[in-house]
Amino acid sequence: MVANGELAVNIENLGFHYPSNDGVVFSGLNLKVRKGERFGLFGPNGAGKTTLLSLMTGLLSADSGTITLLGNDVRKKNNDVNKLIGFVPQDFSYYQELSPVENLEFFGAWSGLNKQQIKTRTDELLHILGLENVRNKQVDKFSGGMKRRVNLAIGVIHNPAILILDEPTVGVDVQTRHAIINYLMELNKNGTTLIYTSHQLSEAEGLCEEVALIDVGKIITQDSLTNLLKEHQQDSLEDLFLSLTGKEYRNDV
Amino acid sequence: MFKLWATIKKDCRVLVRDGIGLSLMFIMPIVLVVVVTDIQNSTFQLINKNKMAILVCNRDTGESGKQLIDAINKIGLFKVYNLPNNQDVKTIADSMKDKDALLSVTIPGDFTQKVKAKAKSVSNKAMVSFGLQADSVQRYTGDVSPLSLYYNPVIQEQLRLSVKGGLQSALQIVESRETLRTLYFAINEKPLPAKLESEMLSNKAAINEIPVSKNGTLRAPNAAQHNVPAWTIFAMFFVIMSLGGSVVREKVSGSFVRLKTLPTNFAVGLLSKQITYVTVTVIQAVVIFTLGIWGFPLMGLPGLNIPLDVFGLLVVTIICGWCAVSYAICVGVFAESHQQSNGFGAISIVILAAIGGLMVPSFAMDTSLKTVANFSPMHWCLQAYYGLFLEGGKLTDVMQYLIPLVLITLVLQLITFLGLKRKNLI
Repeated sequence: MVANGELAVNIENLGFHYPSNDGVVFSGLNLKVRKGERFGLFGPNGAGKTTLLSLMTGLLSADSGTITLLGNDVRKKNNDVNKLIGFVPQDFSYYQELSPVENLEFFGAWSGLNKQQIKTRTDELLHILGLENVRNKQVDKFSGGMKRRVNLAIGVIHNPAILILDEPTVGVDVQTRHAIINYLMELNKNGTTLIYTSHQLSEAEGLCEEVALIDVGKIITQDSLTNLLKEHQQDSLEDLFLSLTGKEYRNDV
Repeated sequence: MFKLWATIKKDCRVLVRDGIGLSLMFIMPIVLVVVVTDIQNSTFQLINKNKMAILVCNRDTGESGKQLIDAINKIGLFKVYNLPNNQDVKTIADSMKDKDALLSVTIPGDFTQKVKAKAKSVSNKAMVSFGLQADSVQRYTGDVSPLSLYYNPVIQEQLRLSVKGGLQSALQIVESRETLRTLYFAINEKPLPAKLESEMLSNKAAINEIPVSKNGTLRAPNAAQHNVPAWTIFAMFFVIMSLGGSVVREKVSGSFVRLKTLPTNFAVGLLSKQITYVTVTVIQAVVIFTLGIWGFPLMGLPGLNIPLDVFGLLVVTIICGWCAVSYAICVGVFAESHQQSNGFGAISIVILAAIGGLMVPSFAMDTSLKTVANFSPMHWCLQAYYGLFLEGGKLTDVMQYLIPLVLITLVLQLITFLGLKRKNLI
């Protein structure tokens, strides 16, 4: 369990429910993520992963409890908090009619960068993510893997201290997955805290140092992956996942 | 400022790559304004220049039937074709089809007899009232037998009433002439001199038609003056097809959600959309007005006369565009899909145009519809444009229409804000 070091994310006694739904999603949830950590949040469909990420990014407001990012209260929703985080949602949340350069120019401006910073970061990111030769082509003509890379580039254009990734490699080929994971590792080496969620558990094994399993709105376990496998006498994250969350279908309606 | 500029650039890029949206905003309204102006101009020409074909089946062998045909010819509205006097209804209908005529009149066989009898009766009454001895002819109490007017159902009621009015005027001349002749003969025991008869029947006072304008000019409005402003407003509100869809796409793709995680106020995004699309509506107006001024005369249509207060025209156009854009954003925020936005958008615009007086003038509506018209922003847009284009008014003269329009716009902005708040998008 997390004990020492500066905290990138500190969630204490979190309570939340959707106004349109009677059921409580979270009640008294606690979670800590150390600064500079590669943290994986896993759980079956409907466990509350995306809701928790939305609360961390300020997209949803908690009913009770506190969420702080590097000591800043998310509920204040000020620009300082927003500058700290980069969000890579599962959907291609950008403008398909625009080229990668045009998207980065727009999202860079909204991230608080100036014209020169945007240009420098755009050139850098397109080079790293292998999009240089299609930099001025409309994104809607791209393959799924290329779109994922654009999605990632937009999320990191402002060099966020905490990068939140919701299934960043879903539906991509092996090469793209490899490139994305390598880049995330590179970012982490440079100090970026990664908060990652995915159903690709084999991929997560290689990426995450610290793992939390969530089910029906509760963190059922959290520790380093090595400790968890040892403690539960499992060979892989997938085996651990199934042993703790069961093998029944989850219908997330 | 850099964020706003970057957002405007983004919105412009998204817009110019939306080919269908652009064609709906520019090509469709241009086609609409040309077609509607042409049709209205053709109707005007039909009535005033080309003359409508009318078939006349005269079953009367007397003088009054011939006089009536002569009077119908003199109205100037019709081109008269005479049919044989033994035609039945079916043959008349076939003849109308053959001769491409929408109207036909049948004069009854006893027309002259009845006209004369009525004239005699009126003359006798007049003699008695003068204190003179009347003829001993039996008093006639009936009316002249009615004419039958057959018409193609495609003729609108408005036009049919004009035709009926024209025929009644011709009938009036025939009956008056006969009464005058009979009365004159009864008094003077000699026929009415032709010159006197002509003077008595023909010397009508002329009617001068003078358009009332605020600037004192006497320029008569034409079909372009009526149609171009009306359909320009319609075009402006058609931005909903591109803008409403764009807002929905941003919501559905998650772009709105991502923007919410960034250190910029969402108001920048809304302001950018309004600046971009209000500019588009102004460009629409410039394109359509330019077409009206220079393009219409080349197409044989009456040209558009631009109001003297060009600054007022610009202000009115910007405010109309702002209202149209606010409406589109509002619909986009509440629509759950592109289909919903386009479907509701298109139908609601047609309804707002209908109740706003773009299709049927609001002065012709009944009281309850006139009240409803006040809730259509297009009504106020149209009133403001008509104030400038038709009445020769200035900006100050149309301010009374701009104030309600701005109020409606502010209400739309408030609803948009509440909608975004409720959907947790701001």
